[in-house]
Amino acid sequence: MKKGHLIGRAILFALAAVFAIGFLLPTVLTVTNSFMTQSEIDANYGMVLESARPGGSTYVGDSVNLKFIPDRVSFSQYETVLFRSPEYLLKFWNSIILVIPIVIAQVGIAAFASYSFTRYQGKLKNVLFFSYIILMLMPYQVTVVPNFLVADWVGILNTRWAIIFPGAFAPFSVFLLTKFMRRIPASLIEAAKLDGANEWQVFSKICLPQCRSALYSIAILVFIDYWNMVELPIILLPDAATQPLSVYLATINAGEVGIAFAVAVIYMIPPLLLFLHGEEALVEGIMHSGSVKG
Amino acid sequence: MKLKEYIKRYNRRSRDNINGWIWLAPSFIGVAVFYMVPFFVIVYYSLIDNPIQRNFVFLDNFTALLQNRAFTTAAMNTLRFSVIAVPLAVVLALALALLLEARIPLKSQFRTFFLSPLMVPVASVVLIWQVLFHFDGAINEFLMRFGVERLDWLQSEHNQLVVVILFLWKNLGYNMILFMAALSNIPRELLEVADVEGAGPLYKLFAVKLRYLSPTMLFVTILSLINSFKVFREAYLLTGDYPYGGLYMLQHFMNNIFRSLDYQRLASAAVIMAVAMVIIIAVLFIIENRFGKDVEG
Repeated sequence: MKKGHLIGRAILFALAAVFAIGFLLPTVLTVTNSFMTQSEIDANYGMVLESARPGGSTYVGDSVNLKFIPDRVSFSQYETVLFRSPEYLLKFWNSIILVIPIVIAQVGIAAFASYSFTRYQGKLKNVLFFSYIILMLMPYQVTVVPNFLVADWVGILNTRWAIIFPGAFAPFSVFLLTKFMRRIPASLIEAAKLDGANEWQVFSKICLPQCRSALYSIAILVFIDYWNMVELPIILLPDAATQPLSVYLATINAGEVGIAFAVAVIYMIPPLLLFLHGEEALVEGIMHSGSVKG
Repeated sequence: MKLKEYIKRYNRRSRDNINGWIWLAPSFIGVAVFYMVPFFVIVYYSLIDNPIQRNFVFLDNFTALLQNRAFTTAAMNTLRFSVIAVPLAVVLALALALLLEARIPLKSQFRTFFLSPLMVPVASVVLIWQVLFHFDGAINEFLMRFGVERLDWLQSEHNQLVVVILFLWKNLGYNMILFMAALSNIPRELLEVADVEGAGPLYKLFAVKLRYLSPTMLFVTILSLINSFKVFREAYLLTGDYPYGGLYMLQHFMNNIFRSLDYQRLASAAVIMAVAMVIIIAVLFIIENRFGKDVEG
């Protein structure tokens, strides 16, 4: 009986290990391959990555050679990206100046709205909250059309504001933060009111500190969502010079395959750092997103 | 006395009301300006013949759209993708959550590993995906060693499978966390009673756990469904603007009409998709209300 149990656990462990390898493989390969030299990349992947794009130039290998560990560890890809191809850094900067304002504005605006949905509930408010949920569940294909129309009317189409404004008001944060705030015990707020706190003090001294980890995890979720964006820039920001790296990465020019992996790695560093630092908060945030009701 | 109290209460309520709207105002105004008002304009656009003459044509735009081959192909492709990917995303995520529940060593490390693709931008790993699935790529090399005919994964009908794998890779971790939360909410006593009565692990899974998990399962289904509509991103990054056959998604269609700026078509496509989405969500909600037991996540 005991022995069977042990074997069963060993099998489960092996299964988990297989899954883990599958999950980690693409990320790990991208990282290790970023330390290859340009010629090694050409030799190993040249034909795949170049024939995928029009106008490829030099081919070395005639079939792909997937490698975990480069023959010779080199930082030449990073050197090229950082010191000789400013356009990638520029695109990286584009990503930052799009995403950071959205995260700050969306979470900030959501803090006020969530306070309202928590403290002042009424029939109309509940209907409105429900419509926020519906809006949150709409795919981009639907919401990008209103975004486009307004951007066109206001004259901000093809500028960063066409993405930042709709992003700042996206209802996701409101939904999640409201769920967290509604968990704050009402007695806490009442006690503060009895002690003579006004609404602003209740909000800033009680609700926000109580929701600190929630705010962090929501900020992480919003960040990765927009750091990964592709659809919105294609439609709202067609000007290639201002597009974020997430769109541009897939269209790296044929002659520059050698630095593709380094650019990819650089692009995943900010979200991965956030993940390493905030995993617990993130998991808690995801757990609370687990029910549309309540 | 009574009247005075009533007025006092009424005043407080209306003051609360105004207060509530002030707190909500920044968000509400933004949502109204950028989402809700233009959406009504879109509904209007979908009902007229063109923005200049503005004749009401009612459902003409919709029937024209439904007869448009590109639209129906894109809709069918998106639907087919969802039908394949969503059940897999639910079942596999549940399997992973149960796996981590089964007290194996390194549990928290495994959770980190499974969740990590969530944080990796798709654009960053698309290169590796191309290396793996290209006609001359690593998967085919591997298959050839076993004498399997190599397939052109990205330029044939098999490309949907590649995107399904990418989709699962990206989304399983999030769903798994949702299931783990629900699993930890199952009352301990219930499982203990089942143990005492000699229930096997399979019986416990189907008779106890799955019942408690049903609301989470529906939520994960909704979430995966919505994410499956976003899979254009993966398809676009892998295969570009004009993918082979099965990967031509609704978003590709939308991108093309954005280019030609056909407002009527754009508007009616958005309205149809919104209505379809609301119907799907409503059906899932009704199912949840009927069968699900609301366990707070």
